[in-house]
Amino acid sequence: MNSFTYTRAEAVEAAVREKSASGKVKFIAGGTNLLDLMKENVERPTRLIDINRLPLTKIEAAPDGGLRLGALATNADTAWNAEVEKRYPLLSQAILAGASPQLRNMATNGGNLFQRTRCYYFYDLATPCNKREPGSGCSAIGGYNRILGILGTSESCIATHPSDMCVALAALAATVRVTGKNGERVVKFEDFHRLPGDTPQFDNTLQPDEIVTAIDLPAEDFSRHFSYLKLRDRTSYAFALISVAAALQLEGNTIKEGRLALGGVAHKPWRDTTAEALLKGQPATEETFRRVAAKVVEGAKGYGHNTFKIELAKRAIMRALKQATEGMPVADAFQNSNP
Amino acid sequence: MSNTNYIGKALSRVDGPAKVTGAAKYAAEFNVPGLVYGYVVSSPVAKGKITKIDAAEVLALPGVLQVFSHENVPMLALLDRSYKDDVAPGGSPFRPLHDAEIKFSQQPVALVVADTFELARYAASVLKIEYETVAHETDLETKRGEGFEPGTGKTGFVPPPPPRGNPDKEFENAVHRIDQEYVHGTQHHNPMEMFGTTAEYLDGGKLNVYDKTQGALNSQRYIRQIFGLSKDDARVISKYTGGGFGSGLRPQYQLFMAVLAALELKKSVRVSLTRQQMFSFGHRPHTLQTVKLGTNADGSLAALHHHALHETSRFEDYTENVVNWSGMLYQCDNVKLGYQLAKLDVYTPQDMRAPGAATGLFALEVAMDEMAYAAGLDPLEFRLRNYADRDQNLDKPFSSKKLRECYHEGAAKFGWEERNPAPRSMRQGNMLVGYGMATGVWDASQQKAGAKVSLSADGKLTVQSATNEIGTGTYTIMTQVAAEYLGLPLEAVDFQLGDTDFPAAPVQGGSWTAASVGTAVKNACEALGEKLLKLAQQMEGSPLKDAKFEDVEFVNGQLRLRLDPGQAVVVRDIVQASGETKVEADATAMPNLIKQKQYSLHAHNAVFVEVQIDEELGTLHVTRVVNAVAAGRIMNPKTARSQVLGSVVWGLSMALMEETVMDHQFGRYVNHNYAEYHIPVCADIHDIDVLFVEEEDDIVNPLGVKGIGEVGMLGVAAAITNAVYHATGKRIRELPIMIDKLL
Amino acid sequence: MPENPTHTSGAAITAPLPPVSPVTLRINGQERQLHIAPWTTLLDALREYLDLTGTKKGCDHGQCGACTVLVDGKRINACLTLAVMQEGRDITTIEGMGTEEKLHPLQQAFIDHDAFQCGYCTPGQICSAQGLINEGKAKTAAEIKELMSGNLCRCGAYTNILAAVQEVVEMELKIKN
Repeated sequence: MNSFTYTRAEAVEAAVREKSASGKVKFIAGGTNLLDLMKENVERPTRLIDINRLPLTKIEAAPDGGLRLGALATNADTAWNAEVEKRYPLLSQAILAGASPQLRNMATNGGNLFQRTRCYYFYDLATPCNKREPGSGCSAIGGYNRILGILGTSESCIATHPSDMCVALAALAATVRVTGKNGERVVKFEDFHRLPGDTPQFDNTLQPDEIVTAIDLPAEDFSRHFSYLKLRDRTSYAFALISVAAALQLEGNTIKEGRLALGGVAHKPWRDTTAEALLKGQPATEETFRRVAAKVVEGAKGYGHNTFKIELAKRAIMRALKQATEGMPVADAFQNSNP
Repeated sequence: MSNTNYIGKALSRVDGPAKVTGAAKYAAEFNVPGLVYGYVVSSPVAKGKITKIDAAEVLALPGVLQVFSHENVPMLALLDRSYKDDVAPGGSPFRPLHDAEIKFSQQPVALVVADTFELARYAASVLKIEYETVAHETDLETKRGEGFEPGTGKTGFVPPPPPRGNPDKEFENAVHRIDQEYVHGTQHHNPMEMFGTTAEYLDGGKLNVYDKTQGALNSQRYIRQIFGLSKDDARVISKYTGGGFGSGLRPQYQLFMAVLAALELKKSVRVSLTRQQMFSFGHRPHTLQTVKLGTNADGSLAALHHHALHETSRFEDYTENVVNWSGMLYQCDNVKLGYQLAKLDVYTPQDMRAPGAATGLFALEVAMDEMAYAAGLDPLEFRLRNYADRDQNLDKPFSSKKLRECYHEGAAKFGWEERNPAPRSMRQGNMLVGYGMATGVWDASQQKAGAKVSLSADGKLTVQSATNEIGTGTYTIMTQVAAEYLGLPLEAVDFQLGDTDFPAAPVQGGSWTAASVGTAVKNACEALGEKLLKLAQQMEGSPLKDAKFEDVEFVNGQLRLRLDPGQAVVVRDIVQASGETKVEADATAMPNLIKQKQYSLHAHNAVFVEVQIDEELGTLHVTRVVNAVAAGRIMNPKTARSQVLGSVVWGLSMALMEETVMDHQFGRYVNHNYAEYHIPVCADIHDIDVLFVEEEDDIVNPLGVKGIGEVGMLGVAAAITNAVYHATGKRIRELPIMIDKLL
Repeated sequence: MPENPTHTSGAAITAPLPPVSPVTLRINGQERQLHIAPWTTLLDALREYLDLTGTKKGCDHGQCGACTVLVDGKRINACLTLAVMQEGRDITTIEGMGTEEKLHPLQQAFIDHDAFQCGYCTPGQICSAQGLINEGKAKTAAEIKELMSGNLCRCGAYTNILAAVQEVVEMELKIKN
């Protein structure tokens, strides 16, 4: 772990100001990913600004009838918030499918957006990695890539975004409220994270001095037909190989509106609006779901060990949409059959 | 009835209160005054040499005390022999910080010592080291056909017996034949406690070394030889070990580092490894196996071939008994076993829970399932038809063997008869259901061990042996043995272990501790008993005046006549009357080789599992397990059950999760952490039923115990693999069975 | 690949050593004064500076749960937070749960059900179980298993851990109703 100084920010404006100071300055909130990476010497900030005392922990009604999640509300408090459970159970399910109870008690909503990839090579200083050290090369492409990306990858990087929460946020078309030196702005969730291209060192589109203050969930109601399906190498406390957030609004058996986002497949939570368009106005049948699933993986590329994810993604999409149709909120396929 | 009969009772652990309150202290938790911290720097490359270490900047950091590397390590022992520990395999042991050569990725190359842990960690991260690399070889697959047969070496290694009968001809002539390859990758022990050593520097230059180990004496011998210390100079203490599973059988390099730094700096030093560094030493080796089976029309085995090839390091020939089990588990007159190693640029593998058997029996027991299908027989019936009443490897009878009862009782408990043998024939909801079974066998062994007992005038008995507690229940079992043999309440007995000042005991491994140390404790108690009888006879008006030792018994705090229990003396009073503050005795127990050599000594088990598989998504759950174990006398059904429950979790873990993946580009393991090297969590574990089929066996040792720490794991991985076949019709021969293999 | 390529390890020194400053933590109801640099984690503060070694280090990366403690009644991984970040909070470690003379019901249940072997993950399991009870979300065996899955046990004592936790959860539910 690098040597760093530590200060506490008492107000958002002050935090933004301090962040623009010289040196490698980082905000620390829950710390669950940052301290992990600092111990691995992947992150080596010279200054930490503790933002935990900023007044950003509330979960409250948003002006447009949606719900505003404070950036510093913990993942656990969010998942078990009564309004979230009632109106956005997909988000609850996704959060509870991630990490462990302990980590969810520490991790914040804002921090969750900044989780960095679990790519083995990103974590290991002994190996080249373009994300950690731009220009050094990607070890994963010719290496062991079983857990890595199949969509939106580049020749520089095939890392995946590890969050579960963000997959649900993408599907729910959340927006991110951000404050910087030039005031506040709102970022559409799909524009928050980015694809690697030839600059994989950048995970998102935020400016260095900006801070996330809240995440807004729109008023749309996807509380009856949804599923967060997470496939992983053990039942709990493991990152997703593939996860699918599916949400439907149904009229009878006809899909009025459909949402679909995937985790574990790309550098960002992968929402596919083209595929979503194939749901609209269609009957909620296997046939429809198959078309949608095929659409999602149309441009997918396997790298050897992870090629199975293309087929698995299709099957997971179909299953999640089926579960959403049936209105069975389940986090794990197994729990589905063994209540 | 006596209420001081403890052996066989389901008692709670005597070390329970210390463990649940956090009072139990592990090696890195002795916060001695003036402690400084060492942090190990690991090589990023797999092969080559260090060309430069630039420590100046690091040494200039205030609070950094020293950077140890091959450049400044003092003259230490010269001979390989000095670096060999009790369980070292043949070859030339790795010497930490010895020279510039890099032999494996993550080799420790330097130790940075500083006033605080954080500073040492930071200083290690900024220590500049340059390497020159040369091409490495880390892929066992490239070594097919290039294996060599190891010589004898490591304790307990038995080279496969020569072929018997006509295995080649009988295989060709067999009615049904299978010939398949079975593979599992590298696995790391990963005990919860990371390796750590606190070397306390005492006045006069002596050391108290708190080490994470499965054998304090082994650690002591190792550092004594290397650093030229007397037994008095370096006492090794290991009261609690946070899991071993074999990883602590050999001293790990943090011990060397802590002792080196303590002696050089004349300070108390702690060195703890990181979780990543827990992947830098011994492991269960990547192993390629072929099994060929042939059967006759009646389902009897006509021929059996089993060959294994596994990795070892360039510098040592690690051996384990992989294939021998195949020559003894089933009746077969035509057997050919082969065992080979291949050298790679990796660290030497190391015994990991049920070493060899976990690997070999996975292959054999999956092959047996394949053959049962080929021969059209129920897998259990097929095994019963080939039941071995005699160990054909040794051509000896078993001292006891209730495997048949394990099969029957296990099958009954599980409901095996409800199984429809056809693959893909059983379902629950949209899940495919599979039933699978397999067998396990493990050595029942006893090693030389010592114990000392001391009864004080207040009636408290102290028992000491330099054995170890890794979670197997040693504290509890030994307390039971001593309390029972001297008729004392459990609370009056204080069993102490993990200290090189105590009577010698072997490393805690091989499932031999209950037999070895238990017998030593029993012998010491009996020796003390004889002394107590003599003292009792000197008491005024002693009712035991003319009694012989075989006429008396220790029960309920009394020494009394067996045939006339009213004639008794209170044990505590004997010590008090003697005028001494305590009465002591010690004893050493050895296996009775004359009695044992006519027999094959083994524990067995039969495992039945149910899996449920969501075929579309490739998800699998082991929903039920019945593990029936015949392991002699069960000293404590409560702790023994826990051993078997844990073993089942290990077998499940081996079957479904564990694999340390090597990236051959770098010759380096990539998933070196707990997030990507998976072991099961609570949610993975469903119903597990443990049955003990007790055996009476006075040949294995006077206590009749066979050991329970390893046998329970055997058969589990194969039973799961077989259940997967039954559920899906898909025969998987490479572990672990993860989602991608089930799609 | 060129012949005998070279490889260099070790990062550049980019900042002076961090300043040591006083930090006050409230642990098991007691104020404890420390003089530490900000890079000391809560876990290392407990184990290396305060001799509260009941809290275990199993991975130091939030991947095992051995370091679980309660902060303001909520379970967290002490390895992934800086000690200085926890000023002003109520920290409970295993030493604050019960003593050998007066065991906490969870500690007693762990002994009764033999819910451990080597004992190294045990303090974390027990603190985690208390956190689970405080949360009040887990009632069935399946829920307890899921919400105890942030604590690895390499000895594989899960069957008995479930039994122990379930016993105390049910006891608490009875008291509540």
